[in-house]
Amino acid sequence: MAATERVADLRLEVAERPKTALFGLFVLGLGVDLLLKVLGVEVTVGSTTLVGGTLAASRLITLVWDGIVVGLGIGLAGIGLSMTYSILSFANFAHGDYITTGAFAGWAVAWLLAGLGSGVLDGNILYLLTVGFGPEGPSAADLSVNAVSNPLAVVAGLVVAVAATVAVSLVLDRLVFRPMRDQSGIAVLIASIGVALALRYLLVFVFGASNRGLTAGGPKLILAGVSGNVALATERSTIILASNGGVPSDAFYVELPGVDFGSYTAEILSVTSAEVTLVVTSLVLMVALHLTLQRTKLGKAMRAMADNQDLARVTGIPTERVVRATWVIGGGLAGASGFLMALEQGTLAYNLGWVLLLLIFAAVILGGIGSIYGAMVGGLLIGLTQSVSLVWIPSSFSTAAAFAIMILVLVIRPDGLFGGVTTA
Amino acid sequence: MSGSDPPTTDGSVRDRLRTELREGDAGLIAVVMGSIYVLFTIFAVLGPAQGVGGVVAALQAVTFWTALYAMLVLALNLHWGYAGLFNIGVAGFMAVGVYTFAAITAPTGGTPPGLGLPLWVGVVGGMLMAAIAGAVISLPALRLRADYLAIVTVAFSEIVRLSLLSTTFEQFTLFANVPFLPDIPLGSGAGRGINIPINPTIPVKSLYYTNPGNPASGSRTAVGEAVISAFGAAGVRETVVVSLTYTLVLIAFVGLFYWLLRRIGNSPFGRVLKAIREDELVANSLGKDTRLFKVKVFMVGCALMGLGGILWETQKGYTDPTATTFMPIQTFYIFIALMIGGAGSNTGSVLGGGLFASLLFLGPQYVSRIFSKYFVSGDPPTTFVAAVGPLGSLDPGPLFAYTLQNVSSLRFVLVGVVLILLMQYRPTGLLGHRKEVAASIDLFDREGPSDSDGPRPAADGGRPPDRSVPPEGGDRDE
Repeated sequence: MAATERVADLRLEVAERPKTALFGLFVLGLGVDLLLKVLGVEVTVGSTTLVGGTLAASRLITLVWDGIVVGLGIGLAGIGLSMTYSILSFANFAHGDYITTGAFAGWAVAWLLAGLGSGVLDGNILYLLTVGFGPEGPSAADLSVNAVSNPLAVVAGLVVAVAATVAVSLVLDRLVFRPMRDQSGIAVLIASIGVALALRYLLVFVFGASNRGLTAGGPKLILAGVSGNVALATERSTIILASNGGVPSDAFYVELPGVDFGSYTAEILSVTSAEVTLVVTSLVLMVALHLTLQRTKLGKAMRAMADNQDLARVTGIPTERVVRATWVIGGGLAGASGFLMALEQGTLAYNLGWVLLLLIFAAVILGGIGSIYGAMVGGLLIGLTQSVSLVWIPSSFSTAAAFAIMILVLVIRPDGLFGGVTTA
Repeated sequence: MSGSDPPTTDGSVRDRLRTELREGDAGLIAVVMGSIYVLFTIFAVLGPAQGVGGVVAALQAVTFWTALYAMLVLALNLHWGYAGLFNIGVAGFMAVGVYTFAAITAPTGGTPPGLGLPLWVGVVGGMLMAAIAGAVISLPALRLRADYLAIVTVAFSEIVRLSLLSTTFEQFTLFANVPFLPDIPLGSGAGRGINIPINPTIPVKSLYYTNPGNPASGSRTAVGEAVISAFGAAGVRETVVVSLTYTLVLIAFVGLFYWLLRRIGNSPFGRVLKAIREDELVANSLGKDTRLFKVKVFMVGCALMGLGGILWETQKGYTDPTATTFMPIQTFYIFIALMIGGAGSNTGSVLGGGLFASLLFLGPQYVSRIFSKYFVSGDPPTTFVAAVGPLGSLDPGPLFAYTLQNVSSLRFVLVGVVLILLMQYRPTGLLGHRKEVAASIDLFDREGPSDSDGPRPAADGGRPPDRSVPPEGGDRDE
């Protein structure tokens, strides 16, 4: 009986929201297609393939992992955007450039520490502080900043990235946004475009417009199937050697017990230390934020302000202090995500944040503006969309696909997936 | 305020022109542009010595950019100023117009191939395609809040740009497997771009050259010989003469845009738009299908943006997706120009275009050239490090030289700061306080039509600046 009720509910749902149902059907179709592709089943009519095909499971796993990595970065950055959107009620177009600011500030310190520590410093501290904007000085390969070989530089860089972005966002709030508190969201939005331009090109003035390499690869961990067993190794050559029967004693090689895939031999997934750093740090920061907002009065005050600012004020909530806290959290997370995403990409340019901004907007809208969990989930979905869409479309359209998802969601469900929930 | 008909007391065109110049908007534009010309004449004289030719070239450049920005700002004013639609995907609609134009006019045998049709077909096709793109975007997006519409439109412009960069559309066949329709090879050229041999400069060049497609291979016409040698005697280069003529065409188009917007604004259609801008619910309650109106005005504005894009981008004879015209930053430029002039006012749009193009867009470079000429010797440092390093020994010279060298990026900082200050201190822009009322008669004209001594309504139907501002006329809240 419960089942028939369910079916009836579903029927009502479809009748009431045909577009949502259509979209759901589309996603379901893609899922079925993906499953068939992995299983290697192909359904053809005549000479045209309807659904299915071939897709190596390892490729899908790699795509999903990439999507998770990028998605966590976007989600982390999106939290700040979502919070300012709901509490100050404007879309902050400068948020992308807060990310870039954090990345440059963090990497300047990371390079400085790595340069001082490695002894390859040729005496020019300014060169390191501008993250290699200039002809002289050690290269990214000489410095090799990553969480394994230079953990101190990475941690210090992360801390500075957060601190610098918090400082910048507080100063900008004082100068630009605070005098505009009583203006409409659109006016503040336009002002934030001005902030974005000014900030971005000040960074160009100091750090140059070129795209620079930051790290030299760094260690990675490879998960592979070796003659039926699942094994972990740090070098691809070890895997090849192991599949031929031998393993050098000095290489890292561990066979995981308990799994047997017959004679399966292939590389499944390769994880870099930068990716692990990003994933672990983002998850820790997100959980910390969750606890902060759930357990402290600040979270309650933010929810109240997002709901009704005037009512919050007459209840005695110090609204300006809450706004400052919002910038501290939002700016800090933006800076952290900028630093981590630059680490993950291995390159840094002045338009890092601007390129990401629309994806972050997509994530925030997808999750529902004001909901930080929405921003996290939205980020993951956008990251996965961008990555897994490569199964069907060429890579030059993956970003367009993410934007298209955002437009679709806006049309179908403007409140987002977590709509109605505001800030935590 | 469609009562902008000429006052019955003076009928002659010359009298009307004179009063317009003295107290109307034409006079305002003339004064502002005149001051800009004086400023740029000074810039050109002080800068690297180029004689009369340099001055003419500078004035041509300023007029050219003013005309381009004025056109696009007017188109955007139709969206944002008239109907309150927050479209920040202007670059995308320009790209649609330009690439459609290119695909229609490019020769059939070229790489990438086109349809090889004449110029006017391309212009009409480009505008139509931009309008269709506008309809496709607006149908779902117009139900959204203003800030969502902004994000959707800017995402659209990025989708367009990224698609044009993609090698998937570098060369393709339209109707490839469709029965009854011919196979049509087309292409975007992807990153390599697309040649536009037939473009709006060709009719201009055909005035001067017998072979306008390639002036070097033909000879000059009688008109061309006369004009070019006359200017040449004064030291003006041949290319500047041709550009100057094209600039005149652009000015004519600005006039056309202005006239069209005024017609739209004063029509019943325009009154509904203004009503939507003020309060959509009320307009809806009065039986107007506001959604249809919004889609229509969005399409018209997008068509104008397509036309503006064609006149702007194709005159180079070549385009590719990395052109600044198609970057989101361009949309913000146009938006800033609109904000300077004041959203809602057509005259303000033209003024905003002029002030932006001269003071923010071209000005910094001219100023930097003057400073470089007098105060900098030797090569400026190429990096910030090299510029800041000598500060330790109290030598600000390299930093100064580096600043002048990088004035193009500092220009963006200036633009950003101006935008912030504008939104903080004067969100209505220069003429935005002239709110165009939705009524067909002047609601504030209590004394009746005999009041012929008082100031006349502004040319664009806005409020004259010296009149009392309507009670709620100061701020626009959407």
